[in-house]
Amino acid sequence: MMQYEAIVVGVSSGGMNAMKVLFSILPKDFSIPVIIVQHVSSHSDNQWIKILNDKSDLYIKEADEKEKIEQGTAYIAPANYHLLIGKNKTFSLTVDERVNFARPSIDVLFESAAEVYKSKLIGVVLTGSNNDGTKGIKRIKEYGGLAIIQDPETAESAYMPASAITAVKADYILSLEDISYLLIQLGNGIKTYLT
Amino acid sequence: MKHKDILEPEISLLLETVYQKYHYDFRQYSEAHIRRRIMNRMAMSGLEDVSQMRSKILNDETFASRLLQDLSITVTEMFRDPGFYRSLRENVIPVLKTYPFIKIWHAGCSTGEEAYSMSIILQEEGLYDRTTIYATDFNQQALNKAKEGIFSNELMKEYTINYQLSGGKESFSGYYTSNYNNVIMNQSLKKNIVWANHNLVTDGVFAEVHLILCRNVLIYFERDLQNKVQALFYNSLINGGILCLGSKEGLRFTDLYEEYVELDKKQRIFKKKY
Repeated sequence: MMQYEAIVVGVSSGGMNAMKVLFSILPKDFSIPVIIVQHVSSHSDNQWIKILNDKSDLYIKEADEKEKIEQGTAYIAPANYHLLIGKNKTFSLTVDERVNFARPSIDVLFESAAEVYKSKLIGVVLTGSNNDGTKGIKRIKEYGGLAIIQDPETAESAYMPASAITAVKADYILSLEDISYLLIQLGNGIKTYLT
Repeated sequence: MKHKDILEPEISLLLETVYQKYHYDFRQYSEAHIRRRIMNRMAMSGLEDVSQMRSKILNDETFASRLLQDLSITVTEMFRDPGFYRSLRENVIPVLKTYPFIKIWHAGCSTGEEAYSMSIILQEEGLYDRTTIYATDFNQQALNKAKEGIFSNELMKEYTINYQLSGGKESFSGYYTSNYNNVIMNQSLKKNIVWANHNLVTDGVFAEVHLILCRNVLIYFERDLQNKVQALFYNSLINGGILCLGSKEGLRFTDLYEEYVELDKKQRIFKKKY
C-alpha cells in the first residue's frame, strides 16, 4: 500500500477562499506535509498566513529556506520567491526569473518535488486563472505520483484546473470538499475513495 | 515510470568537473537550485543526460560559459523591497553619518541595480562624496553590464514606484538619461563605485568596511557554505559595522548569531557588536 510522503498544492485566483475550505477540514497532526504555492502580489507580507493559521487545526507556516519538511505542518511559499525542494527534503528559495509570470510558480515547486518524492507525491491543482501548474502536474504523473485536480465546475476560477486536466490523465477530479476528505483518507493509508 | 531520474552523484561529478576545469565552485550551492538549472539547460540544449552534459562542458567552452550564466542568478531590481531601503534610510544612514569616510561592500551585485540604488540614497543624504562602494560579483558578464549602467527603459516605471515607496522624494527620472529603449545612469552615480570580480565561495577578505549588503545571494547556498560566507562578512566588518541580508535570510542558523544585534528584524539588518 502506498504511503505518500508529501502533498504539493497549486492555487491562484480564488485561492484564499479555497484554502479556508481546505484547512477547515484537514486535521491537526495530519500525517502528510502539505506544501502550497498560492499566487500573491510580490509586495504581500505573510500576515494572511498567520490569519489562516489562527483558524486552522493544522499548523500552517511560511516555508523558510533550508527548513526541514515535517509532518503535521502545512507550508506556504513566501511572496516573491520560488519554492523548491532539495533531495534532503529541505526547502530552497530562489529569486530566479518569473515562470508563467509568477513567482512563486506552481510549476517550479511541482517539478522539484516530483524529482524528490517521485511516486510518493500527491499533486493538487485548485482554482486559478492561468496555466501555472499544468507542466508541473504532468511531471508529477511522469514520476508515478498522484494527480488530483479540482473539478473546474466547482472552482471559483476554472481555467487553471481545466488546463491541468487537458495535460494529464487525472487520478481524481473532485470538488474542494471531496479533495480535502480524500487527502485525509490518503493520509490514513486508505486507498480507495470515489474511484 | 517514464521520466529519467537525476541522481545526486551525477550532479556532484558535473560540478566537480566545472570546478576542476574552470575553477568556479558550485559544489556547495543549493542542490535544488542547481538541479533545476541543469534540467533546464539539458532540455534547452537537447541533451539526454547529465553525463552527456559533462562531456560537453569538457570539450565546449562556449557551452560551459552558458552553463555558468545559468547557474549564476542575475535577477535584480532597483530599490528591490522598498521597505528595506526605507529602513536603510532611517536606521543605517544615521550610523554612517558618524564616520568621516565610509566603505560599503555590495556583495553579489549582479548587474548593479542595487548598487545604483545605494548611490542615489547616499547622494540624497549628502554622504556620497565620502563613500566608496565596492560592488562585487563573480559573474564578469553581469559586472560588465553593471559598469555600463544601461538599463531597459521599460523597467523604469516599476523602479520609480519602488523608489517612491522606499522614501525617495526627488524626481527619479533625474537620475538617468533616456535614449530610445534604454536609459543610462548618471555618471555622478558611478564615480565612487568600484566594480570588482570577487567570488564569495573562493575569495577572501579584501577590505575593512562599515556596511555590507548581500541580499538574496545566500539562499542559493547550502548551510555550510552560508556559514563560511557569514564568517567572511564578519571578518570584513568593522566593530559596529552593519550587515544587510535578503528578506528571507538570517543569522539564526549560523555560528555568528550571538555576535550581532538586530537593528531591524523584519528587514534583516544586523549590527556587529563592539
